[in-house]
Amino acid sequence: MQNVISGAECPECAAEIYVDADARASEIIECTDCRSELEITSVRPPVLSLAPEVEEDWGE
Amino acid sequence: MNSSARDLVVLASRVRYEEKRIMAALERRGCRYEYLDPRTLFVTGGTVRHAGRVVLNREVGHYRAWYAAEALEQAGATVVNTATATHHCGDKWLTSAALLRHGLPTPRTALALTPEAGLEALAEIGYPAVIKPLVGSWGRLVTRVPDEATAVAVLEHVAALPAPQSHVIYAQELVPKADRDIRVAVVGGQVLGATYRRGGDWRTNVARGAVSEPCPVGDGLAKLALAAAEAVGADIAGVDVIEDSEGRLTVLEVNDRVEFRGFESAHGGTGVAEAIADLLITKAET
Repeated sequence: MQNVISGAECPECAAEIYVDADARASEIIECTDCRSELEITSVRPPVLSLAPEVEEDWGE
Repeated sequence: MNSSARDLVVLASRVRYEEKRIMAALERRGCRYEYLDPRTLFVTGGTVRHAGRVVLNREVGHYRAWYAAEALEQAGATVVNTATATHHCGDKWLTSAALLRHGLPTPRTALALTPEAGLEALAEIGYPAVIKPLVGSWGRLVTRVPDEATAVAVLEHVAALPAPQSHVIYAQELVPKADRDIRVAVVGGQVLGATYRRGGDWRTNVARGAVSEPCPVGDGLAKLALAAAEAVGADIAGVDVIEDSEGRLTVLEVNDRVEFRGFESAHGGTGVAEAIADLLITKAET
């Protein structure tokens, strides 16, 4: 079994992004080219969007 | 799980280390669950879809977590932690009030309803002190106030903030402590362990780069952590405690959607996620 899935594109810089095969929806990854934080909106097929900005009430 | 088990839901808009660990622990137990993104959630007055479900609330935003819990409980779900616990843990004054009501040691704290009254409250508490936002985490905007001149400047900035809630001032004495605090993990009325959080910043939050190390749990610390979790009604809690130079323990806050990457790293990668999974399954089967 492949441990990465290819085919996703960074929405900021269009770099090709490899997503771990065990990734989950709503996980945050970083574009290795432009360092943007990206949210995995779909794993299969892999779809990425820019991650939401941290809000004031975020935390634990 | 037996055939009468109720549906399990993991609610989170941001899937981090903790959420992945919890979902993996549920999967290892052969437990089926639904992942629900609260950004897609709505309920109406007559919603019954969630009746009987057991929902683990891992939403990262306090207000979204609190309203989601309220709405899901209204729709018949059992939410862990409860909406009341999330409300109390997410608001520093409500946490302080709950700790005081239960007679637990916590720093001298004032709630002032205007920045002007905040200055008077600080004079009564004494300097150095700390001003904290009522809602927020990771040490963000927590300000050490060494003297009155600094307090005047900080409160002027606070008064200029647009949100009315920002003008309600939460001020606390600065308790002298070592360069560390203690995080105690509590799940289902059991203390799982504790870590020292040590960092260069006076705010010893892991989110600010503090390092977690194992901390021995004596009877006093365990009882205090359990009592603090109970005071705010939290089944799952990260209780933050400081120890002064004479060994006295004081509860700073209780976290209801506890982050535990540092804890599990200090303790060899085991513990919290597994305990949370077991707690959820127990609730689903009862």
